[in-house]
Amino acid sequence: MRSSEHVEASGSAAEFLTQVYAVADAEFHKLRHDPLELLMRAAQPLLWLLIFGNVMAQVRGLTAGSMSYLDFLAPGILAQSILFAAIFYGISAIWERDLGVVHRYLVSPASRSAIIMGKQISASIRGLAQALIIYSISAVMRLSVDFNPLKIVGVIVFIALGSALFSTLSLIIACIVRTRERFMGIGQVLTMPIFFASNAIYPLDIMPSWLRALAMINPLTYEVDALRMLMMKTEVSPGALLVDFLVLFGVSALLLAIATRLYPRMAA
Amino acid sequence: MHVSGSSPSSATSPGKVRRSSAVLYYTLSMNVAGVSLDPVIRVDGLTKRFGQFAAVDNVSLSVSPGEIFGLIGPNGAGKSTLIKMLTTLVAPTEGHARVAGFSIQDQAPSVRRRIGYIPQLLSADGALTGYENLLLSARLYGIPRTERDAKIREGLALMGLEQEASVLVQRYSGGMIRRLEIAQGMMHRPAVLFMDEPTVGLDPAARRAVWNYVLEARRTMHATVFLTTHYMEEAEELCDRIALIHRGQVQQVGTPSELIEPLGPEATLEDVFTSLTGSEMDSGGDYREVQRTRRSIRQRG
Repeated sequence: MRSSEHVEASGSAAEFLTQVYAVADAEFHKLRHDPLELLMRAAQPLLWLLIFGNVMAQVRGLTAGSMSYLDFLAPGILAQSILFAAIFYGISAIWERDLGVVHRYLVSPASRSAIIMGKQISASIRGLAQALIIYSISAVMRLSVDFNPLKIVGVIVFIALGSALFSTLSLIIACIVRTRERFMGIGQVLTMPIFFASNAIYPLDIMPSWLRALAMINPLTYEVDALRMLMMKTEVSPGALLVDFLVLFGVSALLLAIATRLYPRMAA
Repeated sequence: MHVSGSSPSSATSPGKVRRSSAVLYYTLSMNVAGVSLDPVIRVDGLTKRFGQFAAVDNVSLSVSPGEIFGLIGPNGAGKSTLIKMLTTLVAPTEGHARVAGFSIQDQAPSVRRRIGYIPQLLSADGALTGYENLLLSARLYGIPRTERDAKIREGLALMGLEQEASVLVQRYSGGMIRRLEIAQGMMHRPAVLFMDEPTVGLDPAARRAVWNYVLEARRTMHATVFLTTHYMEEAEELCDRIALIHRGQVQQVGTPSELIEPLGPEATLEDVFTSLTGSEMDSGGDYREVQRTRRSIRQRG
């Protein structure tokens, strides 16, 4: 026992990947045991597209370039449902803390960042389920959805990035507030501004300049921008897509670093 | 520490006989395990302050390999904080501790590989099956892929849960959940198994069953068990040695009989505690703690 003089590192790369997979796979199994939750989440985007979208499509000023308003709206609603699904992760982390599941993770030799990356991947799986639902609704509504495989791969990449970003943001908030009641309050106060101060349901051009400034520092804007190019039959600007990717990737990495530092506080 | 003098009389009471056998067993197990027994847990002046309040105040103790060591005291005495420091979940304010040969401060990852921890709250995930819970642990602890299934089956068999392997844990009874958590905590063969209030919220029969499984786990896997409890009966029946903790300080350490004997033949650990602290074991804990405990009790069914 005491003979091993060397201090063990946190483990090999293979071990790290196994830990990430362990957490993601457990979440995946939970979804499989209770798929109803995913179906329930279909209700909100359905309302936005069918009711809000169809009404707002009558407003003449709201067409964005060559796109019809509903074509414009669909990727925005996809981004919105990714945001709302990801924000759920903070509540689930607080729930896990109240139960004691967090302690189980933190007392294991698993790397903290592996645990959080596992959660990010499971958030992505939820995001992808949302995409499936919104693609289906959009197809039924005869919107000009692009089924080019390459663009679909791009959508998957950006859904994974967006889910990782917002689930980690949510986890950070959970680590700071630590009770469900406070989280609910802050979650509301945060998600609505992120949603409204973005280009999800109206173009940047028609915003007052102060709102446009806010939208420009809002990661959701970059998520929507990328999804709008990739999901619908529009021209893709590689330069803009690269900017979207770098912004989302950079912010996600930064949030991962912060969450890795804060997550152990959940066990205190 | 004020250890009162021993009372040599009253050697014939029935209670005494039972306790003496516990001492005998303890001494035997200490000798059988080997001659040079370095402590597997060594705590040296450990302190945790939250602001001005010292939840754990300058605690020192050591635990030998193979022992079942109990930390007893009322809610809020500092038991959970001490166990959280030893399991690397909370950083101490002052002092040192080594667990399984490694420093909890400087070598936390090495400590984590060698310990199992069963928190007071639920650590098994109710939305997963028993098997899936164990699979998650096997992966987190780096058990090689080829050995996982065998280890999981073995753990389920040892804890009598083979039939329920593919049942969601939220349908388990409280006692079954605890057994699953023991399997979870033991799967990587830890040198020390930490258990925080292992039987809180269980009925007497389920409690006794959990004790037997703890003893069984120690027997087959040779682990040291470090547990907290506020059930005196549990401490007396299960523990080789116990430490009484009150207001963050260890008041007394010894075998149950060593602690009880000075108070006479009819004494219980409860009396020992009352004589030491002048207060009952009852009460303690704040609103939030009560809320949490009740919730986890409800979860356990």
